[in-house]
Amino acid sequence: MANTVWLVLIAAGAVTGLATGTSEAVTRAALESAGSAVTLCLGLIGVMALWCGVMKIAEEAGIARWLARAVAPVARMLFPSVPASHPAIAAVTMSIAANLLGMGNAATPLGIKAMEELATLSDDGDEASDAMCTFVAICTAGITLVPTTIIAIRTQFGSRSPAEIVAPIILVNVLATAVALMADRFLRPVSRSRRT
Amino acid sequence: MLIRAITAASNVVIPLIILAVCLIGRLKGVRVYEAFVEGAKEGFATAVRLIPFLVAMFVAIGMFRASGALKVVTSALFPVAHFLGMPEELLPLALIRPLSGSGALEVTTNLVRTFGPDSLVGRMASTMQASSETTLYVITVYFGAVGIKRTRHTLAAGLFADFIAFLSSVAIWRLILGLAP
Repeated sequence: MANTVWLVLIAAGAVTGLATGTSEAVTRAALESAGSAVTLCLGLIGVMALWCGVMKIAEEAGIARWLARAVAPVARMLFPSVPASHPAIAAVTMSIAANLLGMGNAATPLGIKAMEELATLSDDGDEASDAMCTFVAICTAGITLVPTTIIAIRTQFGSRSPAEIVAPIILVNVLATAVALMADRFLRPVSRSRRT
Repeated sequence: MLIRAITAASNVVIPLIILAVCLIGRLKGVRVYEAFVEGAKEGFATAVRLIPFLVAMFVAIGMFRASGALKVVTSALFPVAHFLGMPEELLPLALIRPLSGSGALEVTTNLVRTFGPDSLVGRMASTMQASSETTLYVITVYFGAVGIKRTRHTLAAGLFADFIAFLSSVAIWRLILGLAP
């Protein structure tokens, strides 16, 4: 599916560009986007190093194991293939907690760290494991308790009650996360490649 | 008041977490500085490994957005939006939200400015924006960081969850304001 979506985006961009005479803008966008992807990655090096460093201390101090034990009942349900005291559980928990608290800067590095821990449990380097898919499904649903950005925008444009959207957002969020988890559950057996 | 408290709390939480981890580490006899540097080394490699994945995705999305194809798709989907009870002004937001985080934020800001934050469209747009994630970006970054190319069903699951989030953002405000469904 990723292959199809990627191709459709490129083809739609190129064809619409030709048909409507925006090819010049499309060309510029292609080159600029390539550059900004690299800039973004370079910018990520710093926060990534910071959180990987903190996580390393947490691991050596046994905090990671303690955290994993605290969330074990939920973790067993969501990630049955991950051993209970594995560092992956701690990383996954930290990442989801960062999302919930609206710490966007910390959420991405911690999420990547979680994926790396999950990768140590996978025997196929090219294909996503079940646990990875579940974790990514939770992350793409984007659950958060403090939607700070949108509250700031609403305040800026003079809302009488900037935070009135918080309860609806949390409700919608919980629903979307449940839907993502269910979709993951149902599609999991279908999408596994037929290897022996 | 509550908002200020939440913002204040989220500002202190990061230094506090870092401090707590370092202190506990120290108490447990971890050589904290050495452990930090050891961990930080891995962060560098990861960020670099991400580059090809992110370039591929950003170029595709950049071309798509610059070509104006989004407008074509939007106008084709107006009947669908109407059928689902979604104000047609929200359609561009629904289409860009899974593709581009900065793009979606721009669209939301425009909608809130144009229609007002307390209008129906403003409230629905705020809810849509905050209750979903940039699905394509999350998938690219998370799988890219561990070098995985076959992402299986995650994109389908993520996009479906986004679709449900948009529908329920619209429905919940209709319900709250007592509008006909």
